[in-house]
This record gives sequence, C-alpha cells and structure tokens, in this order.
Amino acid sequence: MASSGDTPRGPALPDPGTTQLSRRTVLKGVAGVAGLAGVSAFLAACGAGATTAPTKAPAASAAPGGGAASAPPPAASATGQVTVGSNNSDPAPKKGMELINAAFTQATGIAVQMNTVDHNTYQDQITSYLQGTPQDDFLWFSGHRMRFFADQGLVTPIDDVWSSVKNNFTSAFATAVTGNDGKVYGIPIDYYPWAVFYRKSVFQQHNYQIPTTWDQLITLCQTMQKDGLIPFAFGDKDGWPAMGTFDILDLRLNGYDFHIGLLTGKQKWTDPRVTAVFDQWKKLLPYCDSQFAGLTWQQSADKLIQKKAGMYLLGLFVSQEFTAAGSPADLADLDFFAFPYLGTQYDAEKALDAPIDVIMMSAKSRTLQQDMANAKAYLDFWSKGSTQLIMFKQGTGLIPTANDTDTSGYSALDKKAVQIVSEAKKITQFLDRDSRPDFAGANGMQSFLAKFLANPNQNLMALQTTIQNFWDSLPPET
Amino acid sequence: MADPRPADAVPAPTSDVGAGTRVSAAVRHRYSLLTRRDKLILTLMVGIPTILDLVFIWAPTIASVGLSFTNWRGIGAITAQNWVGLRNYTFLFTQYLFFWPAVEHNLIWLIFFVCIATPFGMFLAVLLDRDIRGSAIYQNAFFLPVVLSLAVVGFIWELLYAPGSSGLIDGALGLTSQTNAIDWLGTPGLNLWAVLVAASWRQVGYIMILYLAGLKSVDPTLREAAAIDGANEWQTFFRVVFPVMAPINTVILVVTVIESLRAFDIAYIINHGKNGLELLSTLITNNSISEANLIGFGSAIAVVLLVISLGPIILYLNRVFREES
Repeated sequence: MASSGDTPRGPALPDPGTTQLSRRTVLKGVAGVAGLAGVSAFLAACGAGATTAPTKAPAASAAPGGGAASAPPPAASATGQVTVGSNNSDPAPKKGMELINAAFTQATGIAVQMNTVDHNTYQDQITSYLQGTPQDDFLWFSGHRMRFFADQGLVTPIDDVWSSVKNNFTSAFATAVTGNDGKVYGIPIDYYPWAVFYRKSVFQQHNYQIPTTWDQLITLCQTMQKDGLIPFAFGDKDGWPAMGTFDILDLRLNGYDFHIGLLTGKQKWTDPRVTAVFDQWKKLLPYCDSQFAGLTWQQSADKLIQKKAGMYLLGLFVSQEFTAAGSPADLADLDFFAFPYLGTQYDAEKALDAPIDVIMMSAKSRTLQQDMANAKAYLDFWSKGSTQLIMFKQGTGLIPTANDTDTSGYSALDKKAVQIVSEAKKITQFLDRDSRPDFAGANGMQSFLAKFLANPNQNLMALQTTIQNFWDSLPPET
Repeated sequence: MADPRPADAVPAPTSDVGAGTRVSAAVRHRYSLLTRRDKLILTLMVGIPTILDLVFIWAPTIASVGLSFTNWRGIGAITAQNWVGLRNYTFLFTQYLFFWPAVEHNLIWLIFFVCIATPFGMFLAVLLDRDIRGSAIYQNAFFLPVVLSLAVVGFIWELLYAPGSSGLIDGALGLTSQTNAIDWLGTPGLNLWAVLVAASWRQVGYIMILYLAGLKSVDPTLREAAAIDGANEWQTFFRVVFPVMAPINTVILVVTVIESLRAFDIAYIINHGKNGLELLSTLITNNSISEANLIGFGSAIAVVLLVISLGPIILYLNRVFREES
C-alpha cells in the first residue's frame, strides 16, 4: 500500500465511490452488501500497491502500450500482473478460473490477481463496482447488458485485441460483443442454448415422440399427466427462469424483431401481440409444476433427474445438476429438443435464447494504465479454444466460443447444443440481458411475471399497462 | 456573591480593549462554575457527536430527500436534467404495482408483532419469572434464535417450509404429492404469514429476555404488599407489576415498532421480496442498490419509510420529554 505521496493516482477511494457508499448506508439497505463493496474496493487497492512496481510515472496518461499490446507479449518474458474480477463463485467454474489463471501465468509470466464475488452479489453491485475500483478485466454478459455499461463509458473498447483474434469467432459472436458505437467491448468466452430438456430413458419407456408442433406438445403433456409425470418441471423462485418461457413464446409467436423491439422500448407492452404471448402461456401452465413459485431451478432439475417430471425448459447449464448428482449414466441420459414451432411465419427464424458470457476491460481500474498490456494479453488468452476448454472440462455446461476449440471431447449433448445454435437464424441473449437492467430486476419484470403466474386469468391488459407504465417511468438510458 | 461592581464597572463599548476585557474576564471567572478546560471538554463532548450526527445521519437523510426528486441512476454527476420534481412520488403512489402491497405488508407485520409476537414474549417472561424448575433451560431455548441473524433464520425456515417431500413441515403433515403439497413460501397471501411465524420465532425470544430483565428488577415487596392486600395473581400483575414496568413497556413497544418497520432480511433471503413478500425495505434495496440502480426512485420510497418511521419516533420522544419535565 506504500504509494508515494506525489502520485496523483494514489489508492485513495475516488469521490463517486465514497459518496455512494455513505449514501447507501442511509437507505437502510443491506449494510453487508455495502460492506462487501468496500471490501472489494479495499482488496483492489491493496493489490494495486502491493504487487506492482510502478513502471512509469502514473501521471503519464498517454495511453501506455495502446498499440503495442494488440499482440500478446512473448512467452515468459513479460512481468507484472493483471487483476481480474470474477463472478464464477460456484466450485466448478471457480476451479476453472484458477486453472486458467495458472496456465496464463505459465505462458506469459504475468501474475493474475483474481477477486471472486458471489454471482448474485456481483450482479447487484456491478454499477458501483465499475465506477469504484474495478479490476482490470472482469467477467460479464453480452447483449444490451454489455452495451449499457459501454454507453456509460465504464468499459474500455478493445478493438485492437479483437482485430487480432476475430478470425477465431463467427460473425454472430462479433455482433454480440459490439457496442452501440460500433466498437468492440468484450471477448466471448462461452454460451449455452435454452431448449426443452428431457431424459431419453423416460421417453423410451413410455414411447413418447419428440413434439414438433404445439398440438403435439399439448398431447404429450396430457399423456404424461396420465402417466403420473409432471409434464414440465418449472422453478421460478429466483424470478428469472420464467423469463425463458416468455422469450421463447414471444420469439415463436411474434418473431425476433418484435421481441427485441419490445425489450428495448421500441414496441409497447400494451401491444395485443404481448397479450397473445400470455394467452399462449396460459395454455401451457396447467402442465407446468404447480409448485414453481417456491422452487429454485436446481430443485426443479432434480425432479427431472428423479423422473418425476418429463420435460424442462431451461439452459444447458441444467447439466450441472446432473453432473452434481454424481451418476454419469444420468448425464448421458439427458437430451433436449428445440421448443416446438407454433406455425407462424417466424418458425423459419429458429430463434432461441443462447446467452453469451464475455470478458471485458474496465475503464476505471486504478491499475489499468500500468497493466494495460497485461490486461490485453489476458483477454487475448481467453480468446483461445485451449483456454476455454479448461473451463468447459470442469463440467459447467458452458460451450466454448472459439473456432479453434478442440471438440473431440464433446459429448453428444454438447455437439447437439453447438448445432442448434449454429442452425438458428436469430439468437437472443435472454430477457434480462436484452433489456435494461432497471426494467428486468426483482421488482420489475421478475415481479410482473410472478404476478401473471400467480393468477393467469387476471385482466391481462391491466397488467400490461402496469408494465408499460413502469417502463415509461424509468429515466432515460444515456 | 453579592458584588456591586459588575453592574457599573463594565463599560458598554469595548473600544477600550485593555480594561474592558480584563474586567469582563474577571467577572466571568467569578460567576462561571466551569473552567476554560471544562468548557473545552464540554464543547468537544457536545460538538463531536453533533458533527457525527450531522454528517452520518442528517446529511445522508437530506441527500436522500433531495435525490428523491431526481431520476439519477448512480452514474456520473447529477445535472439539471435529472430533476423530475414529484414524478417519482406520483408514480409510486398511483401506478407502481408493488408499493401499496408493501405498505400493507409492513402494516400487517407491525400489527402481528404488536398483537401476537410481543405479548407472547411477555407472557413467556412472566412464566419464567416464577422460578419454575428448569427455568434456565427454557430461557436459553427461547433466547437461542435471537443470537442468530435474521438471514440465518431465513435459511433455517426455508428448509422447514420447502414444498412437498423436501420440506419438513409438508413432510410431517404428509402433504407430499403434487396436488396437495403446500408451497408455504411460494404462495402469495400465505407466504407473508409463514414469514411472520419465522420472524416471530426470533422476536418472541428477544422480547422475553428484555421483559424478564425488567421483571427481575421489580421490587418484590410490591408483590408482597399486593398479596397481603388480598390481590390475586391477575390483579397483582395488571394493577401493580405492569404499571411499575412502564419504562420497560415503552422500550418494548419502540423495539417492536422498529423491528417491524425495518423488517428486511428474511423476505430478502427468501425471494428478494417478490411475489407477496414485498416490503418497503426490499423495494428500496431492489430499486436502488441492485443492478437496476434507480437511486432517485429508491430514495423516494426511502423517504416514505422515513416519514412513516417519524410517527413512532416522535411519539416516543414526546413521552420521554414529558416524563423528564
């Protein structure tokens, strides 16, 4: 922490951070959460002073290493460090992060200081985190949720890194990491499709056929009910899983353009097309687990594992629960199919939610100026298939994005996941990643959907008007 | 004391600096009970808490009130464009779907605590005050939940309330099938009461220990006198002990009101205060501290909670000051 007194960039907390913290304490909010922000800021400040020898006068603001860093530094010749903020707090992905950091240090000689924060806390704190003392590089989500922070100037564009690695990604990924200003803000590191998951053995045992139309789906649901199964496992305690159902129904009924327009304010929630989505959903609800409101996605996944439920509309990460259950046979039994087509003109889009995770470079990191080259080398390292495979091998159910990934270790399920995404003409990120964060939160869209699910036969237009009013009440985005 | 000098010796104008100051200093010395050192210490003792109070309580409070008229979202500086007047409040009162339910839930919480949890805690205290056998064990058992944070209490009761075969309560009641399982925490209208039971589990122990401490300090001769006068147990408690306990009763009432208004942890742990568990505190957090970061709107809700909290605080202070005078 021994920062010399003459440097203008001491580890002292910046003004916005301090005022915010003190203000938040007043809001009778969670002192713990506020404390956590303080701790992470403190850790970052410590890391900044403790490990790096100042290479140049910190006041030199002339973007050090701006051009030089587009290529990764030669192996084991670079020194110094890079700091990384991670939301991979679950054991398997956390281990993956540690292995990747070790591999990076071995390849480049650059030390990695990682700060891991609980997944949900990380999301709640992101705004103050990026304004305070973030790490140099940090994990985040693509889509609107990435562009929002890019628009606020809280992340650094990385076009130079991207230009040297972009051949390793498809154009869909390039679109996903491009901001509203046309600059690139992140390296895509993994993705996972949302689809209808089921157990092959259950379908075989009852002689079920994969439904491809709505009528087939409903018939299958009715048969499953007769056979004593819950047709659709469903757990919405965390608020976001229900968004997946809304997304796919809207995409199937109204198409990609309307869906994205709706989530970005170009379409109105009072549109009759939204009513149609809720009406369609109402037809599906009698076949969904009626205990959804009190169940987490993990508990619902267990019902699929225990063969109490027949199907489950979720992301590929559902396989984590199968892996955790400990039986490889269970995991091999897991399969999925695309959500049935509803016979609209949008069937050809084959659209689905396939959220992409990215690694980005912050703008306000205290150490970024001196770590710039290292921070870019770290992003570059993440763009390699070999790096992403380290994480994949931890059984996270997250598919690598790089073209040069060695796919020989992919299971049939993984290959199918790659296929369904590559066949899709339109890919969305997920409701809360395609819309503004203040709209999609716990007392925003999460609660509105819960309100609908609690009483599907309510006056839908009244609910839709409330949603639109809430949207209209939000402050301008930029 | 009776010194005639000051009245005419002190010149009104202070132009004659030398003589004037010397005289008045002497006068002050003679009449003041406090030395200069005392005054310095007193200034510090009053000044430091005052400054702390202003900086850490009043400044943020006023800032909150100010922010509630903006649509500031926590990024960058606040400019004139952020000023939205009363819009946050009009939206809150007329359109926000979760505001009135949150107010209602806070009120239910308050009424439940005042009418059920707190009296029950007092009842336990009276029972335990009677030196029954194993009193210490009971005291510890009832007090144990108080040691746990409400977040931990939330986790514990989540396990008890889990629907179907995975939950202890449903399991014990045999409600494990898909059709008859009760989803205690997921059913709007039911989950608030389930949470109130969990919160009371802790509140009862807290009130019990406070009240027990008060009962122990009641002069035993009062009871003896009442007994000699022929009062029965009922009369002794309500006519003699309860009135004597007035200061403790006030403390308990204030504690109960505060605990009800700041109710937050359990609801937040269970589902972030959604789906029937909306409280003012969770609305504030979800809007202003979460990723949403709607600081202006969240501040407006915080101001509403502040105004509600002022009611009991003023009542309490009124009472304290009246007793003192």
